[in-house]
Amino acid sequence: MSIAAETKSQVAEIGEKYKYGFVTDIEMDMAPKGLSEDTVRFISAKKGEPEWMLEWRLGAFRRWLTMKEPDWARVHYPKIDYQNSYYYAAPKNTPLKQSLDEVDPKLLETYKKLGIPLHEQMALAGVAVDAVFDSVSVATTFKDKLNEAGVIFCPISEAIRDYPDLVKQYLGMVVPVTDNFFATLNSAVFSDGTFVYVPKGVRCPMELSTYFRINASETGQFERTLIIADEGSFVSYLEGCTAPKRDENQLHAAVVELVTLDNAEIKYSTVQNWYPGDENGLGGIFNFVTKRGDCRGKKSKISWTQVETGSAITWKYPSCILRGDESVGEFYSIAIANNYQQADTGTKMIHLGANTRSRIISKGISAGKAQNTYRGLVSVYGKAKNARNYTQCDSLLIGGDCGAHTVPYIESRNSTARIEHEATTSKIAEDQLFYCLQRGIPQDEAVSLIVNGFCREVLQQLPMEFAVEAQKLVGISLEGSVG
Amino acid sequence: MLDIKNLHVAVGGKEILKGLTLSIQPGQVHAIMGPNGSGKSTLSYVLAGRAGYDITGGSITYNGEDLTALKPEERAAKGVFLAMQYPVEIPGVTTMTFLKTALNSQRRARGEADLDAIGVLKLVRAKAKTLNVSEDMLKRPLNVGFSGGEKKRLEILQMSVFEPKLAVLDETDSGLDIDALRVVAEGVNALRDPSRAMLVITHYQRLLDYIVPDRIHVLAGGRIVAEGGKELALELEAKGYEHIIKVPA
Ligand SMILES: Nc1ncnc2c1ncn2[C@@H]1O[C@H](COP(=O)(O)OP(=O)(O)O)[C@@H](O)[C@H]1O
Ligand SMILES: [Mg+2]
Repeated sequence: MSIAAETKSQVAEIGEKYKYGFVTDIEMDMAPKGLSEDTVRFISAKKGEPEWMLEWRLGAFRRWLTMKEPDWARVHYPKIDYQNSYYYAAPKNTPLKQSLDEVDPKLLETYKKLGIPLHEQMALAGVAVDAVFDSVSVATTFKDKLNEAGVIFCPISEAIRDYPDLVKQYLGMVVPVTDNFFATLNSAVFSDGTFVYVPKGVRCPMELSTYFRINASETGQFERTLIIADEGSFVSYLEGCTAPKRDENQLHAAVVELVTLDNAEIKYSTVQNWYPGDENGLGGIFNFVTKRGDCRGKKSKISWTQVETGSAITWKYPSCILRGDESVGEFYSIAIANNYQQADTGTKMIHLGANTRSRIISKGISAGKAQNTYRGLVSVYGKAKNARNYTQCDSLLIGGDCGAHTVPYIESRNSTARIEHEATTSKIAEDQLFYCLQRGIPQDEAVSLIVNGFCREVLQQLPMEFAVEAQKLVGISLEGSVG
Repeated sequence: MLDIKNLHVAVGGKEILKGLTLSIQPGQVHAIMGPNGSGKSTLSYVLAGRAGYDITGGSITYNGEDLTALKPEERAAKGVFLAMQYPVEIPGVTTMTFLKTALNSQRRARGEADLDAIGVLKLVRAKAKTLNVSEDMLKRPLNVGFSGGEKKRLEILQMSVFEPKLAVLDETDSGLDIDALRVVAEGVNALRDPSRAMLVITHYQRLLDYIVPDRIHVLAGGRIVAEGGKELALELEAKGYEHIIKVPA
């Protein structure tokens, strides 16, 4: 089948289960296959990076060569051949800077299909979007309005060129280059991502949002996001992710770093809907992500909300380092695993400062033959007097062939700390389903309704426009899960 | 409207209904009385199409159609409503959301357009008022933490929102004090209509003081063992079930 015909047939499948599974037929600029110092130099050169950045990458790459892939998570997958992948893919004819009107119409068409309103709709929605297509950022809307407020919201490759001091000051400070195998790999080969800086006392005038899209085959995506909220500022940021249906597994290893200074707050929401593989477990994205926030300032706050419905394997633990006194960390999570999906996800709340508080609400849903693990750490250091944590982990099982696991680690080195942990496991009861059916609600909708009810506390944390999307996604990802 | 002929039903391989015959015309209210364990709820579940209730003989015809060939949600869309003896809790789903989802599912199945959020709100609020269902109950998760009486009132509220053709009420009176009973009965009576049939299942005669049936059937051991007009209820009350039931061994 020609690529064009394939694209057509895949587009025709939109509307069935995985409606983002189409491929955009577009000419790509690719790095040679495989991973070496040359690959790293190629990427750095493509980005027109300064020397210091290249050195930083090369340092990471050399370090990575000495590291071992972690194996402690409850996930199983064939060995990844890191030489059999592309590490850079960009749509051709992408000048470094451009206005939206210059963007390839095919790309805009893709985003339209994904339901991302880049043009006038964005004005109505009041959302600024940065869209990352494979390895590069293609459009950033609303620059002017943000500029007025002094907010910097741009591709990270642009920030490296235009705001080198800020980037140098913060990049790798929350997730060090040596942090873990996948973060180190990302540090060597990250191709794009988003940079946000909110200046002192500024409440960002709109939601910021990035859409990540993997399009090219055999390509890994390694985006890097860095968000800095200066003293007394606030920003709400949302990322969404989709990828085409493919039989192969594709690697996605992102790093996200957040920093809040005194009295600042970052609200970071994710709707992750990477292709999960088919019902037999073929294909799908390996989502190995390192996300961490540093509540560096007094009374600062970082809140993670994630809705994880996609990916063949999810390995991610968005965490908070509660360094500033009275700082607050939150983690709200919905993780859905259906068919052969595997999710090992949770958070780390590291209490360093006095009177720090954290709250963890995790809702795991398993169906089909999936395995879903909550893995979390609450650690209270000696100086964190009066630290408080509340953790609630609820698991919902659909059918008898799936698994739910809860692995909470608690370490407390301060006797004034109070840590509460609650966990429940339940099933969708037959009488609940029958009750819905009797009132005329068809089975799949009934499952969706019951699961959405189960996840309510987390869905309520999402910005309104995305909560509706997320609710639909919850239903779609569990279609047919009850016999 | 509803014709049940020689119905046999087994649950988990055990025969519970053993040849039940019953027929209801539009506009009629019939009562089914019987001791605990006689198969009253089983009959209600079979009419609603619950999985696990196997029809091993006989037939159920609803408006000329084989009811047993329809899925539970299709029956609901065609006007079959069951007020359950034990209404189910659904955590995190507000009563209003549930009502809206159910109503629009039924409408869609009938090829009608969805009612928007405001339309549903208006409709539900108006009906809730007469049934003493508070605004607060509509905002709380469905049946979660509701008292027995609140749950039963909510069942009747749903019945009046969905406006079914055939309503089966399974022991809606049990656990209600006299005031709640009156509210529920008034709700039911308000829905009496020449085009609607009702099957009121009860263990006690008390409810039938408020909802006066056209006909009473006494169910025991999976069969109708006695039938009559409303005076049969009084006889049952005075003499007890044992007197009327002559269950074959
Ligand atoms: N799920 C079930 N499995 C096995 N037996 C059942 C089940 N449900 C009901 N029964 C039995 O069926 C008979 C009738 O029950 P039911 O219809 O609930 O009676 P009623 O509503 O008149 O009290 C009882 O003997 C009961 O034990
Ligand atoms: Mg009963």
